[in-house]
Amino acid sequence: MKKIHIILLVLVAGSIAVLMSFLKTSSTYDTIETAMAKPGKFVHLMAKLDKTQPIEYDAVKNPNFLSFTAVDSTGKSMKVIYRNAKPDNLELSDKLVLKGKYTDGLFDCQDIQTKCPSKYKEEQAKGGTHPGNIPQSK
Amino acid sequence: MDYIGEQLLPGQLGHFFIILSMVAALLASVAYFLSAQAKNPGDENAWKKLGRIAFLTQVFSIFAVFGLLFYIIHNHLFEYHYAWKHSSRSLELKYLLSCFWEGQEGSFLLWSACHAILGSILIKRSGQWEAPVMSVLSITQFALATMVAGLYIFGWKMGSNPFILLRDSGVFDNAPAMHVNFDINQPVRPDYLQSVTDGNDLNPLLQNYWMVIHPPFLFMGFASTTIPFAFAMAGLWKKQYGEWTKPALPWALFSAAVLGVGIMMGGMWAYESLTFGGYWAWDPVENASLVPWMIGISGIHTLLIYRHSGHSLRATYLFFILSFGFVLYSTFLTRSGILGEASVHAFTDLGMNWQLSAFLFAFTIPPLIYFARNYRKIPSVQQEENISSREFWIFIGALVFFLSAIVIIGQTSTPVLNKVLGTNIAPPEDAEFSYNSIQIYVAIIVAALTAFSQYLRYKDTPRAFFWKKMLIPGIITLVFCALFLLLGDIKYDRKGPVFNGSIWLAVFCSIYTIVANFSYIWLGLKGKLRLSGGSVAHVGFGMVLLGILISSSNKDILSNNIGGIPAPLAEGENPRENLTLIKDMTANMGRYSLTYLGDSAHPKKEQWYYKIRVKSNDGKEDFVLMPNAFVNYKGNEGLMANPDARHYWDHDVFAYITSVPNPDNAKDTASFKPYTRKPGDSLFYSNGYIVINELKRRDSVPEDLFGKEGFLYELPLTIHSKTGSIYTVTTHLANAKTGYFALPDTVPSESLVLQLQKVNPDQTMELGVKESGAVMKYVTLKAYRYPMIRLLWYGVWITAIGILISMVHRIRMNRRKSQEQTV
Repeated sequence: MKKIHIILLVLVAGSIAVLMSFLKTSSTYDTIETAMAKPGKFVHLMAKLDKTQPIEYDAVKNPNFLSFTAVDSTGKSMKVIYRNAKPDNLELSDKLVLKGKYTDGLFDCQDIQTKCPSKYKEEQAKGGTHPGNIPQSK
Repeated sequence: MDYIGEQLLPGQLGHFFIILSMVAALLASVAYFLSAQAKNPGDENAWKKLGRIAFLTQVFSIFAVFGLLFYIIHNHLFEYHYAWKHSSRSLELKYLLSCFWEGQEGSFLLWSACHAILGSILIKRSGQWEAPVMSVLSITQFALATMVAGLYIFGWKMGSNPFILLRDSGVFDNAPAMHVNFDINQPVRPDYLQSVTDGNDLNPLLQNYWMVIHPPFLFMGFASTTIPFAFAMAGLWKKQYGEWTKPALPWALFSAAVLGVGIMMGGMWAYESLTFGGYWAWDPVENASLVPWMIGISGIHTLLIYRHSGHSLRATYLFFILSFGFVLYSTFLTRSGILGEASVHAFTDLGMNWQLSAFLFAFTIPPLIYFARNYRKIPSVQQEENISSREFWIFIGALVFFLSAIVIIGQTSTPVLNKVLGTNIAPPEDAEFSYNSIQIYVAIIVAALTAFSQYLRYKDTPRAFFWKKMLIPGIITLVFCALFLLLGDIKYDRKGPVFNGSIWLAVFCSIYTIVANFSYIWLGLKGKLRLSGGSVAHVGFGMVLLGILISSSNKDILSNNIGGIPAPLAEGENPRENLTLIKDMTANMGRYSLTYLGDSAHPKKEQWYYKIRVKSNDGKEDFVLMPNAFVNYKGNEGLMANPDARHYWDHDVFAYITSVPNPDNAKDTASFKPYTRKPGDSLFYSNGYIVINELKRRDSVPEDLFGKEGFLYELPLTIHSKTGSIYTVTTHLANAKTGYFALPDTVPSESLVLQLQKVNPDQTMELGVKESGAVMKYVTLKAYRYPMIRLLWYGVWITAIGILISMVHRIRMNRRKSQEQTV
């Protein structure tokens, strides 16, 4: 066996090991119920903003504190806190990916990814005002 | 039915040219195929001629489609869905091109156009390789044309036609006003176009000059990976297993330079107009374009090994096939919508996933099988590489680079894994670190190898020769590293001492790369610049690494929210990155002080520029940054911010807005309106309501201030704004030596001032409410200082220039060789 083949084997094995260990550190996508089942564990919570509940954010008091209620597809809801600025399009989003941990009855969020309805779908949502100036109703 | 005001001709012509380009590409591919297979020169030339005509027809069609689509966008023909969806009347001319590539159809066309240009050059230059190479390129062009074909074949939709009309696009399906009798079951109104006065506009984040030039570079980069791939296929096909490497090398170099620059332009765009605070975030979309580049670089290095020593030809095949294959894979990843939650870049699913995966599999699996079946026939050298040879170490470098690319794409592909295997794998807690913690070692190894392998000779290097040559760069490197140890610093200790140490080591290796390759231009090549492309590119690569390492690990957060500004932090809470600046109040942030001076609006758009004065406390820097934001743009509630940066030779100061008061709140009713209420009651103000909580009286108050009889009323209030925000404030009414006086409290973001004016004996009280637009103006922002970021940008350009110098050199060498052969 050539030296280069030994090195090849070692490096390929190393790469596989690296990928395996990456999978070990990876987290999971969760609903509120499954996230609550593993408190203190970092998860990706798939939910949306509960628009019936208030959003608490006052940039002058503390620009790094946001609190709101998230509700998931099963209808369960949970209070979320996020120690950062309020994402621009929080109210507009139709889906949120909340990255954080469930602790003490709260979801302590480290990062929020807002998923906005694409313009295309937005147009079709009934009653919504239309960015491209197409009147939706009479 | 006739519709009023529609211009249908450009769209019909456009679609005709799309179909023509598709047919012509297929014809070109078949004709070139027959030419490559032909047994006698007469047939070969006849078929080749037909192939050329077909290909050039295809080139013409692509540019006609381009021109027509541009005409539609430029003339605001909103009867076309593409113009309506991606542009608007207020859009500046320079961004009209960006509209083109905002949509998937336009970017497929751009890719096709790049192939068309490259193909035209190949027809002229590739000589005996023309037929097989062009056959492969043309079939790729055919596949791309199907992506925009918009044809229905037995009810199955093939491709998405950019010339589809607005009224056919389904947009009106739920818009009764656009239909006859306001009934969506009726046809669209003949005069519908009168209601469509403007388009949706280009996404504000794409309204940036980098977005005008980044996509053409990126797609030229993508398109150019097809050429080395096509040469590799031609090599197998014509059983000239090694000869193709000679003409393919300049193309591979071109591809590496253009793709590399294209990727980093995307980084510059992200740095300048996105607000994740950086140029690279290991986002799947970024990774997907980086990986083909890395594999292409590996391919170039193994190709060089082959040309000089005869080793590594098989690896070269593999790398060029995979480099192209991963371009297709990246197309699939970014356009199929499969990334979903994993990427911040929102890609809409055009419903073409089957077509995209068919494209991917058709162009990767058969070539790999073809390669595997011919594997034994590809010549390889039986004798082992000498450990002191250049090829041995370059091969290791190429291999490490390749495997690192595979690891990156593996990490990026978890959404695919989830889809295929039904697993539930999400990115780890610190997704960026999961890449950085691996790639830092790749950087160390590759930088070190890049530094010394040029000093080795192919086949075998005498020890004394090597050490003698290495002496000077080694000493210079040691001096620089010592200087860096003394004067510089790596402040990144968040991930523990091992990672911190790795960064230090990587910094030293990058310095070594820069010094060693710079020296080699004189020590090895006697200062002949035309030969030194490789060394120049490696110097640039070292600068890129060094720039990344220093700017990322020493990034300073200037907006650290510690003290000064009324942002109470709980004990033990980390300082956070958002800082609220109240107009004209200077916030001192350690090395810098920040002041919000005011704002100004864009004359045409809902875009505001915020003037932030930044002053360094040593007095050396004093300037105004103007980060801007689209506020409630086009009826979309919310904020879309663009950063602004001040560039110095050794660092950038960079700021962007994260929150502003809602402009709807700016109403002024300058005096206090009295309301009489009791605890538990509520009252309305223009933007919501206020709940009155329990009144408290405090008698234990400092005597020197309040006198003997003094006391203090405390009234907590809860303000519910209609936007959903809740605020609690406490107003006070003091009874002091001088009698009663009110201590108002404000809710700045609601432009609200509240004061308790009177408390009656029956526990009712009088509350004063003032709503004022002039209460307080503020912005919330993040600000960073990036040291040495210029090193990264210059490094990118130097790398590209180096690669292009090599390309020119290789083209010249090839020409000289072919001239010698003909003579």
